[in-house]
Amino acid sequence: MRTRSLVVGCAVLVAGWPAVARAQQTTTGRPTPSAAAAETTDAHAAQGATQPQTPFPPITDADRAAAFPDVERHAELDNAVHFFVLFDQLEWQGGQSGNGVSWDSTGWIGRDLNRLWFRAEGDADAGRPRDAEVHLFYGRAFARWWDVVVGLRQDLRPGPAQSWLAVGVQGLAPYWFDVEATAYLGAGGQTATRLKAEYELLFTNRLALQPLVEVNLYGKSNAERGIGAGVSSFDAGLRIRYELRREFAPYLGVTWHSRFGETARFAEAAGESTGGRRFVAGLRLWF
Amino acid sequence: MAARSIRPRIPDGADWLAGQPPATVRPSRRTFVKGLAVGGAIAGLGLWRPAARAHTHGRPQPVSLDGTEFDLRVGETLMDFTGAPRTALTVNGSLPAPTLRWREGDTVTVRVSNTLGEDTSIHWHGVLVPANMDGVPGLSFDGIRPGETHAYRFTVRQSGTYWYHSHSRFQEQRGLYGALVVEPLEPEPFRYDREHVVLLSDWTDEDPDRVFAKLKKQSDYYNLRRPTVGDFVRDVRDRGFGTAVADRLAWGEMRMSRADLSDVTGATYTYLMNGQAPAGNWTGLFRSGEHVRLRFINGSAMSYFDVRIPGLQMRVVAADGQHVHPVSVDEFRIGVGETFDVIVEPSGQDAFTIFAQSLDRTGYARGTLAVSPGLSAPVPDLDPRPLLTMADMGHGGMRDVGPASAMSGMPTGTPATRPGVHDAHGGAAAAAPPSPDGHGGHDMSAMAGSAAMQSHPASERSNPLVDMQTMMPSSRLDDPGIGLRGNGRRVLTYADLQSLFSDPDGREPGRTIELHLTGHMERFVWSFDGVKFSDAEPIRLTYGERMRIVLVNDTMMAHPMHLHGMWSDIEDDDGQFHLRKHVVDMPPGTRRSVRVRADALGRWAFHCHLLYHMVAGMFREVRVDE
Repeated sequence: MRTRSLVVGCAVLVAGWPAVARAQQTTTGRPTPSAAAAETTDAHAAQGATQPQTPFPPITDADRAAAFPDVERHAELDNAVHFFVLFDQLEWQGGQSGNGVSWDSTGWIGRDLNRLWFRAEGDADAGRPRDAEVHLFYGRAFARWWDVVVGLRQDLRPGPAQSWLAVGVQGLAPYWFDVEATAYLGAGGQTATRLKAEYELLFTNRLALQPLVEVNLYGKSNAERGIGAGVSSFDAGLRIRYELRREFAPYLGVTWHSRFGETARFAEAAGESTGGRRFVAGLRLWF
Repeated sequence: MAARSIRPRIPDGADWLAGQPPATVRPSRRTFVKGLAVGGAIAGLGLWRPAARAHTHGRPQPVSLDGTEFDLRVGETLMDFTGAPRTALTVNGSLPAPTLRWREGDTVTVRVSNTLGEDTSIHWHGVLVPANMDGVPGLSFDGIRPGETHAYRFTVRQSGTYWYHSHSRFQEQRGLYGALVVEPLEPEPFRYDREHVVLLSDWTDEDPDRVFAKLKKQSDYYNLRRPTVGDFVRDVRDRGFGTAVADRLAWGEMRMSRADLSDVTGATYTYLMNGQAPAGNWTGLFRSGEHVRLRFINGSAMSYFDVRIPGLQMRVVAADGQHVHPVSVDEFRIGVGETFDVIVEPSGQDAFTIFAQSLDRTGYARGTLAVSPGLSAPVPDLDPRPLLTMADMGHGGMRDVGPASAMSGMPTGTPATRPGVHDAHGGAAAAAPPSPDGHGGHDMSAMAGSAAMQSHPASERSNPLVDMQTMMPSSRLDDPGIGLRGNGRRVLTYADLQSLFSDPDGREPGRTIELHLTGHMERFVWSFDGVKFSDAEPIRLTYGERMRIVLVNDTMMAHPMHLHGMWSDIEDDDGQFHLRKHVVDMPPGTRRSVRVRADALGRWAFHCHLLYHMVAGMFREVRVDE
């Protein structure tokens, strides 16, 4: 760190030397090269007084020593590593299609531009995971409100584990919609896309309604996993939470799930429901 | 007007009443116990503590030390401002730190010993010192290590009201700040009979590292006044459905909140006056008919205050320690790091409330001017919460232009949604005149300063850490500011403040540097020109030059900009010397010009004095070379 700053300092000093020398000859001073700022020279500057009314004291060696002490470069707090872990849903679900628990979490660790992201979601009935997957991404802020993420998704349930390459965009769309769009490439050339959007409607600064929608699409059918090509499922949720603290909010809500096309037919053949409504109760928390 | 000054022999009314000699406090082992939720030290904790001087009412006045030799011990003291004891950082056991009284021309020695388990530092805010005495770790020195005693020694070349504070991490937020008063050699051009320091600050029971971490995770964490459905319904009722919806859409497209006035609010802050919470009611004494000089200092980490004393006019005689043409006002806004000296003439009442509400109206600091301790006067209600307008942010229009009409000045896109459109405002606009058809209905002539389309540095373009660019900023020197316009009170503006002296340098600036204040609210990143301190090169000045810094605020928040080592001479709208300051308030949507006389060799800090903005990157090194 220190070496770098010294090198940079020397380079700029050398580059600026002629200008400094000129500045000592003229009284108005001349600009030295500045990498940090746009600057213009005022043509009319010479019209004003050329001598400062308050004279500049001559510089002594003692002044020079006091001006540039040997100082260690300090760690800059503006580039520190931070982290965020959000359990957006941690809930009990109940409805005609059965009862169970469900979770959906995300988070990051990193600096302002580059972050390591995770997502984890799934559900379980009677203590047995029915559906579980995790994502691990490298993410980079690339536009004002958007991060691009590249990484892996691992499906743990149902069926045998499978891995996907994943690439996506996430961020804040106009009008405060939180948006995630992720494309996947899996084994055997399977492709998939997932789109998620959510919003927050404040009734008070503690009572918030959170609508969300999620759509899943697949490139190919896969009977073994009960997946049909095209739009396979649509989920919607409406949760109302009360933030006891900003980090800790119990909520109640209702969700809708529907399967489409071949995916629905696979489900019917397996004796599963193709959709339904569930009531949910849970906690939203982050740290 | 210019009566001869009377050198105050009574720096503190309480001493005077108690018949004690003024000035230096001798160390003793006296301690005091504070009631809950009124603020102050809980006990001496068995450690050596100097006297907080005994007060007739059992409440401490800030300790005052004077002379040329000072010993300051930085340590931890258990304090209670909210009912929950917390460890504060103190100097000689006191929060605020002792008021230091220097004399212009003296060479002072301040020995600072660090009893903390971490590095510390003391910066003399607004005081012209050699660079190695400026107290900024990483620029002036290496900081004061635990267990170490560091001697600051320099000659005081100015007079007035200043302050001092730690420049290490978040120590300022934890209580490490105090007032600094420099007695002038020459008589001052006003008279007064008595004076009080009024040091305003903000206190949180939370660990400031946690506060910062929370802001990084959720930048509106402390804003509990975000617009709600109810606000929308009221808006529809008041302004009609179309306008209300259009307004929501305009702000929604920008992904910004009209209620975003400050990052850290009364949701966690307790606002202090001389280290006293409102319930503690810090009291400064007066006798009817006296001229009382109040030295207001904003030593907050993040809070702007709007200050008034109902029933009294305040005659402002100095800003940032420098004399100004006296101006009488009912109220003034004080940015973080600023100081204002005012003279009041209380009479006809036994008590007057000093009321300092935070800009976001989430709380207030309060104290009392009274003829005897224990009195109080009615405390006003907080003013209604102000909301930002597009005009506030320099997106066309001015003053309280209704959001409906101001909307036409809104950015029409973002790089993400409509690539290029937003940036085009900057790219093409260098010398473009205001386009009347693009901003129909605005009264351009009402804008102070030049309100042409603003160009922007290339480093802001397509920069994910820059969430906004102002389009038509103006200086607004005569604008009282958000929440203070048209409130029926005479509110101080920068236009009202004019230095009592002419430009001490006299030369026209030889060159101009334009610097934009930038940031990203959601990511909680702050910078100049979209570049954080850690990624930036120093700004280079040449010893002997007179130059100009033009500041442009590309964010929706006000930033008090503080240059170390040299004065910031604010120019008026004609480009002439106007007001000498060490903190230049930059409300959203403003473009203000500052002259700098590069008369201090060395490496200096230039930063936003909102602590969490500074730490998040709104900081630059200014380097003055021969």
